[in-house]
Amino acid sequence: MKKGVSLPRWVTDYLGMAIVLAILLAIFGYSARNFFSLPTFKMIASQVPDITILAVGMTLVLIIGGIDLSVGSVMALCGAMLGKSLITWGVPLPLAIGICMLTGLLCGAVNGLVTITWKLPAFIVTLGMLEIARGATFFVTGYRTVDTATSLDFITETTIAGVPMPFVIAILIVALGQLVLSRSVFGRYMVAIGTNEEAVRLSGIDMRPIKVTVFALCGFLAGVAAVIQTARISSANPNVGVGWELQAIAAVVIGGTSLMGGRGSVIGSFFGVLIIAVLSTGLDQIGAEEYIKRIITGAAIVAAVILDYYRNRLSAAK
Amino acid sequence: MTDSPDNIAFTARAICKSFPGVKALSDINLDLKVGEVHALVGENGAGKSTLAKIIAGLHQLDSGQMLIGQASYKPLGRKNAERNGVRIVMQELNLVSNLSVAENIFIEKLPSRLGFIDYKKLNADAGDITKNVGLAEMDVTAQVSRLGIGQQQMVEIAAGLSQKCDILILDEPTASLTDTETELLFAQIQKLKNEQVSIIYISHHIDEIMRITDSVTILRDGKVVSTNPTSELTAEKIVNKMVGRELEHNKLRHNAKLGEVVLRVEKLTRGKKVRNVSFELRRGEILGLAGLIGSGRTETMRLIFGADKADTGDIYLYGSKVPAKINNPRQAVKNRIALVTEDRKEQGLLLPLSVTKNISITNLPRLSRFGWINQSKEKAITADYVEKLSVRIASPHQPVENLSGGNQQKVVIAKWLYRDCEIIIFDEPTRGIDVGAKFEIYQMLDELANQGKAIIVVSSDLKELMAISDRIAVMSDGKIAAEFSSDNFSEEKITAAAFSEYVNQKKERP
Repeated sequence: MKKGVSLPRWVTDYLGMAIVLAILLAIFGYSARNFFSLPTFKMIASQVPDITILAVGMTLVLIIGGIDLSVGSVMALCGAMLGKSLITWGVPLPLAIGICMLTGLLCGAVNGLVTITWKLPAFIVTLGMLEIARGATFFVTGYRTVDTATSLDFITETTIAGVPMPFVIAILIVALGQLVLSRSVFGRYMVAIGTNEEAVRLSGIDMRPIKVTVFALCGFLAGVAAVIQTARISSANPNVGVGWELQAIAAVVIGGTSLMGGRGSVIGSFFGVLIIAVLSTGLDQIGAEEYIKRIITGAAIVAAVILDYYRNRLSAAK
Repeated sequence: MTDSPDNIAFTARAICKSFPGVKALSDINLDLKVGEVHALVGENGAGKSTLAKIIAGLHQLDSGQMLIGQASYKPLGRKNAERNGVRIVMQELNLVSNLSVAENIFIEKLPSRLGFIDYKKLNADAGDITKNVGLAEMDVTAQVSRLGIGQQQMVEIAAGLSQKCDILILDEPTASLTDTETELLFAQIQKLKNEQVSIIYISHHIDEIMRITDSVTILRDGKVVSTNPTSELTAEKIVNKMVGRELEHNKLRHNAKLGEVVLRVEKLTRGKKVRNVSFELRRGEILGLAGLIGSGRTETMRLIFGADKADTGDIYLYGSKVPAKINNPRQAVKNRIALVTEDRKEQGLLLPLSVTKNISITNLPRLSRFGWINQSKEKAITADYVEKLSVRIASPHQPVENLSGGNQQKVVIAKWLYRDCEIIIFDEPTRGIDVGAKFEIYQMLDELANQGKAIIVVSSDLKELMAISDRIAVMSDGKIAAEFSSDNFSEEKITAAAFSEYVNQKKERP
């Protein structure tokens, strides 16, 4: 690439995804009659906040070269703690939300501590946590859904400038995540660790607290997602979130974050979530069956990674 | 023995080889007789391994020719060389650690039946081979990763010997062998000799060379100094020839003002690589650390920096009577010690990241407020260091992986200079970089010392060390063998010291 014509970094980083998103919107707008309508966008806006928040945490974990397979189950456990505290144990609302997020934070911290202490692959440790958190969810709820009635409705019903609060929270978390990643010391350390751990260690930096914090943060965000998710369906369902870790990873990967660590973007992940959501909503509206939705989503993930490969080659050739 | 043509197994004529920026070999002539053990000796970088690799087909020569017997020989790769009867057993292990000994020995042609490995035949054949090299006790079904390093080396050698060859190259084969294993290897070499195999034997260990070789070719700076029958040589003669007398070094270091002792290392020991190492370093001093590759210099520096843990020994800093606690690099840096590592790509740089980010990584707390990086300050300060060290870059956002070796090295140095440590260790700071950048680095070292920093430079380039150091300590086989002050520098003395532990080794042999 010639230097003279290269666009600013943030444009080239997101332009591709913005174009893909625009093309998808155009296709569905053309083929599904009512796609461009307020209900469609309201639906997407109500569906994406929780998965977006999970994807933010996942992005951070992938950037340090880790992975967190437990976010779906941890979210379910956090939701269960929220529902149980609120309804069965009669805990006041702010405290219940605190318990919910603390549960996530603890699960994440355990993931991080175990991974770092015994130098285990995060894949295995968090796979274990996936089962443990699900089991704990069943234990807490006794396999039954906890009806939270209207106690959390204020979350979904509050709007800020016409935008539902969960969506606003998700956007804020995306913005904050991106800011931390690109502007903070902590974020810079994360990228460095994902790039070359040994070089970071030999630069005199203790990376253990950083890694544990990232895992804990990912768990905490699963707790935040749980509040929104529970509010959305007005109940804590012990079976919720199955497979969400993979959805989150898919969105993050579509957004250009490397599974090998060291490179990624939170905003990219948000685009990834939107692309998957538009794809799924659009396919629904043109009456596509479940099987075709799955095949297309799968193909989109692989296509994104292939595109990313070429984009990297281009930027390496610069 | 007469030098009649049928007596010669291999001939090299006027071989030249250059790598970018260095002339590795010039006009090398070598005659290898049938059934002889021929030693190649020389200092670091004299060209022994390069020559061995050319003969074994791993490098291609630039000019000159090679003959096997009378026939022209132009190996295009290792396989090709092997088909011509030339094999090499290299210093680095090439084993697949989670396969068995037998599988490793026969990895190239596993006996099989209908696509399934015939383990019975495999293990029986492998058993024969290991017995042949005197490893009767070895369990050929054992996983290689479970063997000690010496045993692994023996497996590597066994695998090399398993195929028939006429010319066998052994590059530092005894580096990690115990005495018993070394004896086994020597017995095997004797046996191969009797079978008329010609052997090229590369080793630092002059005692071994005196014992088992028939002739010795000495290399210096990529040229052949001499070839003699071993019987005409002594250990002292060999060392003297390696050094030569032509050397005149330009002194680049002037006006050293030494201050108080800032680093005192006492009896530092880790395994066999670092043994009872003690020395001192003063403010304003450049201490050169010489020695052969593998003599424990890097390992010693890693102990001081806390990258590895010492078994025993203490480090005293800045005149303190209490030993410093340095268990990891973070504590070392806190104690204002910096290490510019030998392997800049793996250990020094964040290759895909920008020049700016690489320089600032050691200093982020200073460049931030409440955890947020002050980007304009970061930019300004890195630009400052880029200019100071004249790092040539297209833009501060350029990934360091796109820079040349010399500029990459300057980036690593910049990140530590900004950290402003008092004790700075440079491990092979000029390896693989061009002459211009080398000179700039020498000047920078000089300047740093004059500013009152205490500096250690590890280098395998003796001329460089003599030019820039105030004092040179020489390591040999894990020990500090000698120390020289700058009015006493001589290449002969330093080289003799570097070899001393390898020459004098009186191994207890039955």
